This record gives sequence, structure tokens and C-alpha cells, in this order.
Amino acid sequence: MNTPIRTLKDSAVIAERNLVKVKRVPVLLVYVLLSPIMFVLLFSFVFGGAIELGDGSSYREFLMGGVFAMTVLFGGIFTASGLAEDMQKGLIDRFRSLPMSHAAVLIGRTASDVSYNILSLIVMGLTGLLVGWRVQGSLLDALAGFALLLVFAYAFSWIMAYIGLLVPSPEVVNNSSYLVIMPLTFLSNAFVPLESFSGLLRHIVEWNPVSALTQAARELFGNTDPSALASTAWSMEHPVAYTLIWTAALVVVFLPLSVRQYRRATG
Amino acid sequence: MTATIQAHGLVKTYGRAWALDGLDLSAEQGTVLALLGPNGAGKTTAVRVLTTLVKPDEGSAELAGIDVLTRPEQARRNLGLSGQYAAVDEYLTGFENLVMIGRLYGLRRAQARDRAAELLEQFSLTDAAGKPSKDYSGGMRRRLDLAAALIVRPPVLVLDEPTTGLDPRSRIETWGVIRDLIASGTTLLLTTQYLEEADQLADKITVIDHGRVIAEGSATDLKARIGGERIELTLADPADLRLAARTVGSVTGTEVYSEAGSSTVTAPAPHGAESLMTALRELDTQNVRLLDLGLRRPTLDDVFLSLTGHSAEQAPTNDDSTPTKDNR
Repeated sequence: MNTPIRTLKDSAVIAERNLVKVKRVPVLLVYVLLSPIMFVLLFSFVFGGAIELGDGSSYREFLMGGVFAMTVLFGGIFTASGLAEDMQKGLIDRFRSLPMSHAAVLIGRTASDVSYNILSLIVMGLTGLLVGWRVQGSLLDALAGFALLLVFAYAFSWIMAYIGLLVPSPEVVNNSSYLVIMPLTFLSNAFVPLESFSGLLRHIVEWNPVSALTQAARELFGNTDPSALASTAWSMEHPVAYTLIWTAALVVVFLPLSVRQYRRATG
Repeated sequence: MTATIQAHGLVKTYGRAWALDGLDLSAEQGTVLALLGPNGAGKTTAVRVLTTLVKPDEGSAELAGIDVLTRPEQARRNLGLSGQYAAVDEYLTGFENLVMIGRLYGLRRAQARDRAAELLEQFSLTDAAGKPSKDYSGGMRRRLDLAAALIVRPPVLVLDEPTTGLDPRSRIETWGVIRDLIASGTTLLLTTQYLEEADQLADKITVIDHGRVIAEGSATDLKARIGGERIELTLADPADLRLAARTVGSVTGTEVYSEAGSSTVTAPAPHGAESLMTALRELDTQNVRLLDLGLRRPTLDDVFLSLTGHSAEQAPTNDDSTPTKDNR
């Protein structure tokens, strides 16, 4: 029956099917490749000169962690729109009438969408290097940084999967996604330093998982000095652990919610 | 023996609309049951219940002895579904589609590939096997969809309006494919709004309207309900009307309808073709010249009209043939 192994096998079949679409419609990749380039260039050239960091370090270098974090969150839009489109097609009825794992349709989707984020991280990293961003720490730490971005983005894509299943049509996906992603990234330290927030906002920013992800990426890329951290919040002092806790929590909450919604949406 | 497909007292409401209102269905093993009704009659909802896609508010359903509501997982193993919207992935090739579905039925990759090749051959799609299905014609897609339903040779096959939207040629092709399936012993539930289709393919026809069964039986049974065959003849010369009516009446021994001044004579023909031939010989000896002569059988359209008071083609307001996300 629905053993975990069966679920994994079915998920692999679905993931393979999703990747074939990318192969047949390569235009899909244009957004994946162009938007990270655009984000890096816009943020580094528009804000790069306008914002000064107190400690005299390079804003451009500071920025990259934030741009990485934001871009992988945007990658979740593919998950939401992919599922929303699937739900409108007769194919979903066929899937639901097959003796396959229901969760596999969703797991396969989130899994295949990781490939978009891998691609966009590569493109962003290269663009970053071109405009002067450098990894200051060890290569191993840098790889850990990329891995952390990927696993958090994977967990986040489960929120997006849920949104994709909730919306009545694929056209609504983009707007609903922005409503989630924009506050999350702008109420964080992704683009402006923590110090520029105060009061309640400061607490929100400190405990926002996107701040922790950004902080963790910066530390692992050696783009910030952890000892210069202007916060005593646990989430900021242990950004990697805090990000991983959120990663696990998002999957634990949104995977079952999405599967339930998938069953209900067409029932 | 219990029926391979059976449903009892299915009720399903969407808001205030009753899609199913106590529907009973049954089909014996190896037979074809046609669910016939206009748009909005509840055909699609009935199919969705039987194929585990929708849970009914009340009632029970079984496929090949397995309770659809309590053991949907097992029921799906015995089930092939092909809908009215060719449910194949448009970016995958015909071959890839079949392999994917085979693997989701639990076949190993090699098994799925063999079976896919076999089905493509059987459905004359081998030449198009490597093309993405979005480049297929409507008829080809429908065949691919049917093939996908047959991958594991399920004992129960459910075809939801298999020819809706197809051109006449593709329709006849699809009927051919379905006849082959029937010959292989599959139990088949077929929904259709085409009377001719039910007449052509089904052993038993269940006519539904407003989510309820309004008539059930073989095509012949249903036709018999509104009377049998009739002789219908058109005279070359209206002056022969009386003579012709008398002659036909003496052959059939039934009441003859002939309107004064017209040139047509009709009468029930209790012995069918035999009555017709005798009448023809008699008319010939009387030198009655004819423009047209025939045995008219009641169509299922006549049946539908007499059962529901409205024609089958006349679509009522709530349309279940185009389910959108909201009304499922």
C-alpha cells in the first residue's frame, strides 16, 4: 500500500514528469535564469551606492546573502503555480483515481522545483562574483551556506504548495505569493541592517526566519563578522540552528496541510 | 452472483443542488452499462463517486466486490478511468505518458515500457509515440487516454463521455476500440449523452435525469416501452390512400393511421419485417405505387422524450459535463 518507499517511488515518477516539461518548454527557464541576475544587478547598483553600513564594510557584499535568500523564496512560486495549473487539468483526476500515493503528487512537485533553485543559486553566485562579491570564508562553509538556502527554500515551497492548492486559478498565484514573500523579505535584515529597525519591528525582524537565513548565509560566506552582531536574540546568535528548526517545522506543518487540501480540492 | 459494478442509494448535493438523488446502478461482470442522460443529469457525479474521486453524502458503491468508500485504495487497483477531457500530460510524449501511468499503477519501469509499447501499437499510435501529446489530434488524444486506462488491464473500466466533442470519424473509431475492449471481457460503465452510442455499445442502459434512475433495461426493452416497430409508407398517388390503408390493415390486423388528403400510411407491425414484406406483396398485387416504404424503429430519443417529457439533446441549466474546480 502506501509505504514510504511507494511514496518515494511515485514522487520520483512525478518529479521526472515535471522535469520533462522543463526540457520541452525551455522558455520556462528564462525567468529562472534572468530574475536572479536582475536582482543581483539591481540591488547592487541601485542600493549598493546609496546605503552605507555603519562599520564601513561593503554593502554589496552584505547584500548578496539577502538577495540569495529572497530569490530562493521566489522559487516557491514555481511550486504554487505548477500545482495550481495541474489542479485545473484532467490529469489530476487520473492521478487521484490511480492506486498511487496522494502525497507523491506534491512531494514530486516540491522535489523537482529544487532544481530551479539550484540553477538560480548558480546563476546568482556567478553574477555576484562578476560584480565583486567574494566568499571570504572557507569553501566548505560556503557550500554549507548554499545547502542551507536550498533546504530552507524547500521547506518554504511547502507553504507555496499549500497556496497553489488553495487558489481558485493559476492566475491568482503570483499575487498571492507576493503577499507572502514581500513582507517576509522586507521585514528582515535581507536588504537593510538589523540596526535600522527599532521597537516591535525590531523583534519581528529578529525572529523572522528569513533574517536568520540571511544572517546564516552571510556568516557562512564570510560576508559578516558574527562578533559584530548587534543583537542578543537567540535566533540571531544561532542563525543556522534557528533556520533548521523553521525548516523542519514548515515541512511538518505544511506537508500534511497540503496533502489534506489536495484531497479535498478535487473531492 | 453479485454485480461487478454496483451502487445503492447514492446521494450527493452541492449546496442546494442535488447532483445525485438516490441513484442505484448495477452491471454484471463482462457487460456494458450505459448511463444515459442529458447534461446535468448527474452522470459525471456518479462516475466520480464510483471512481473514488468524490465521496457521496449517502449510499454505497462497490467495484469488483470492493467497497469504494471504505477501501478506495484497493478499489483503484481494479479500475481504469478515461474521462471526457483527455487526461494525459500534454508535454509528455504518448509513450512517456503511458510509462508514467504504468509506474504509478505500481509496474516496474521495464514492465511499464513494454506495456506502453503494446498499447500504442494496439491503438495505432506507434507512429506518434515520440511526439508530445499536445501535438495529437482530438481523436488521438482520446485514444491515448483510453490506452492509459487499460495499462493494468483492470477488471472495471469507466469511460466518462468517451466521444463527447469528437468528430464523427473519430467517434466511430473510438466505438471500434471500445467494442474490442468489450470482447476482452472487461466490465464497462459508459456515460453518454448520445442515444446512438448507448444503443450501439451497451448491454444495459440506465437512463437518469435529475440524479435519479428513470428507466432501465436493454435498448430493445426501452424501445418496446413506447411501442414496437411500425410500417410507414408514402404513396405515389394520394388517390390510393383508402385502398392502401385497407390492404395494410388486413396484413397487420392493427389500427392504421392515414390522414385523409395525405399520402402516408402508418401502422404498428406486430411481426416486424415479415409484416412489411407481406404488406408489400399485397400492395403490389393491388397495383399501389409507392414512393417510400420502411420499417421505422423507435429511437432512444423517442424513449427519452416519452420518459422525461424533454428531449435528450435539450440541455437543462446546471451543466455537469464541464466541471470546474468550484462545482466539484
